[in-house]
Amino acid sequence: MGIRERLSGNEAVATAMRQINPDVVAAYPITPSTEVVHYFSQYVADGKVDTEFVAVESEHSAMSACIGASAAGGRTATVTSACGLALMWELLYVASGARLPITLAVVNRALSGPININNDHSDSMGARDSGWIQLYSENNQEAYDNYIMSNRIAEHKDILLPVMVCQDGFITSHAIENIELLEDDKVKKFVGPYNPGFSLISGKPTSVGPYDTVPFYFEHQYQRARAMVDSKKVILDVFKEFGQLTGRNYGLFEEYRMEDAERAIIVLNSSAGTAKFACDTLRAKGEKVGVLKLRVFRPFPMEEIAKAVSHLKAVAVMDKCDSFSAIGGPVFGDVRNSCYGMSNGPQIINYIYGLGGRDVRVEDFTFVYENLDEIIKTGKTGEIYRHVGVRGV
Amino acid sequence: MAYNLKNECSKPERFVGGHRLCAGCGAGVAVRGVLRALDEGDLSVSCVATCCLEVSSCLYPYTSWQDGFVHSAFENAAATISGVETCYNKQKKDGKVKENYKFLAFGGDGGTYDIGLQSLSGALERGHDMVYVCYDNEAYMNTGLQRSSSTPKFAEVTTAPVGTEMHGKAQNKKDLTGIVVAHGVPYVAQTTFTANFKDMHEKAHKAIYTKGPAFLNVLAPCPRGWRYPPEDLMTICKLAVDTCVWPLYEVVDGEWKLTYEPKKKLPVEEYLSKQGRFRHMFAKGAEWMIEDAQKFVDKKWETLLKKCN
Repeated sequence: MGIRERLSGNEAVATAMRQINPDVVAAYPITPSTEVVHYFSQYVADGKVDTEFVAVESEHSAMSACIGASAAGGRTATVTSACGLALMWELLYVASGARLPITLAVVNRALSGPININNDHSDSMGARDSGWIQLYSENNQEAYDNYIMSNRIAEHKDILLPVMVCQDGFITSHAIENIELLEDDKVKKFVGPYNPGFSLISGKPTSVGPYDTVPFYFEHQYQRARAMVDSKKVILDVFKEFGQLTGRNYGLFEEYRMEDAERAIIVLNSSAGTAKFACDTLRAKGEKVGVLKLRVFRPFPMEEIAKAVSHLKAVAVMDKCDSFSAIGGPVFGDVRNSCYGMSNGPQIINYIYGLGGRDVRVEDFTFVYENLDEIIKTGKTGEIYRHVGVRGV
Repeated sequence: MAYNLKNECSKPERFVGGHRLCAGCGAGVAVRGVLRALDEGDLSVSCVATCCLEVSSCLYPYTSWQDGFVHSAFENAAATISGVETCYNKQKKDGKVKENYKFLAFGGDGGTYDIGLQSLSGALERGHDMVYVCYDNEAYMNTGLQRSSSTPKFAEVTTAPVGTEMHGKAQNKKDLTGIVVAHGVPYVAQTTFTANFKDMHEKAHKAIYTKGPAFLNVLAPCPRGWRYPPEDLMTICKLAVDTCVWPLYEVVDGEWKLTYEPKKKLPVEEYLSKQGRFRHMFAKGAEWMIEDAQKFVDKKWETLLKKCN
């Protein structure tokens, strides 16, 4: 089953968008996600989709038009990177606050400044608290699969939260790799028709986006927060169903050679592949090392992560984003928080790595594993907020 | 059928009372007047930018809007309504929507002349079938009377106050209507509240029933910010048009047409003297300000007359 193809990550996402055939796509070009818009515009020009495509004048207007279209009851999608996501910032909260199940393919790129067009995660990590579900993808296959699943998660009647599907700019967005696609009819059946609970154009008077007064605002925020908590189950259900359809079984995260590991690296997106290679090399020498690759970052799988790392002696959390908080990156913060209060839990350190497209090599991960070994041997964690791959550090 | 205010007012209201706009506020008058121009049977969705109108007319769980209403942010009413309109076109094509909908956006001058200008320009260029209505009260009233690019020269506002070194706003009002005309959209008009609302009604009807983007710039006085008694709304509007401070005209497919020419063009003092925001212009030694204001109005008026010939 499935169709064997060779596609870049961008074309894989564009293909998924074509197969989903949304009602409205509003987008604005930005490197490295622009290609998705190119491919999709061609599908529109060739009549391969029924979608109304709106080529807006900014990302701010892209998300605004998506909000309007979604509030009018249409299945709605957009694509962006970096500063484009930053320009959408205000509307990301409006979209999730109005409980509009928009999907957004993020092709991760460093935020300015100074300007840099290469990959890191400062864009989507900056939006981690905007009420959007965030799925991360190691390669083109995962970007495709995550995207196919995103509507089912977003539109679930108990959730109604927008979803970001993230992949690494250039590294996976532009690299052509083998991929197994689903047939169009199978995607259509899996995703299903969209039946919104309300619409501005249903014939009934409907107001969306009111001024929310003191007696109600807090309750609405609570409902949004609950939906994020509840989304974990829905995500797992959708993953399960997708696994039955494709044989590709996904979890909240992937545990790679973790069963008897003493040391592990926690990482997300494309660097997981490099980490796995480093892990294999050390495993061949008999070292007990593993990799935990996060797929679902929002909602954060707190209990599951705590359980998965509880048997380890030392963990390095990799952040391809510096949060300038002076206490480490965003993934680190959430992992350490998850492990708080654990008796005999692992030592946890943080590495900021690969900012602005800095090459991430196998040796970097080997170096990190070696440092974890040192921590175990000496019993001393030392500095926990570290950087790897920076000259002179 | 000839326009008849009584008949128009007997139609079911699309924007009902109970909202929290100030007494005499021009925004509510503009919305009611524009929505009255919808043909019976047609439905509408209005996107309102964050502004006095938005925070006063749709406070959860209440709404004054009998048709569709959407608000998302301050600077993006045009982009948001373009998404709604696009989705409608798709659903209409798919046979999912039976009703006939019209799409409007309402923003104040802050949300239109200033922060929302890019979003407006983009939507106009893309050609969405919508009407953007700017209710122009010449300052950021919702946040407490700050200057906008629509605030006229010398008006006293909180971010351009009158002091020993300053005389209110130092710059002239931006010609937004002219900027919109430059987009080449099929229908653009300037209007305000005249005695029987005929001018606004007819322009709103044309705007709504012209295919493609249309723009209405409605002078919508704010008694609090302009400092005049709320009951003088119609007097202020009348003086605005009779002094040619706010000329009434329309531009249909690029053709400029004056829709009202005062029998006798009144001096600007007649308009300025009724409003507290211009009080300092009438102090001893401030005569130059009146002259400056008159010169600006005269020049704009002459240019307009040339365009309308």
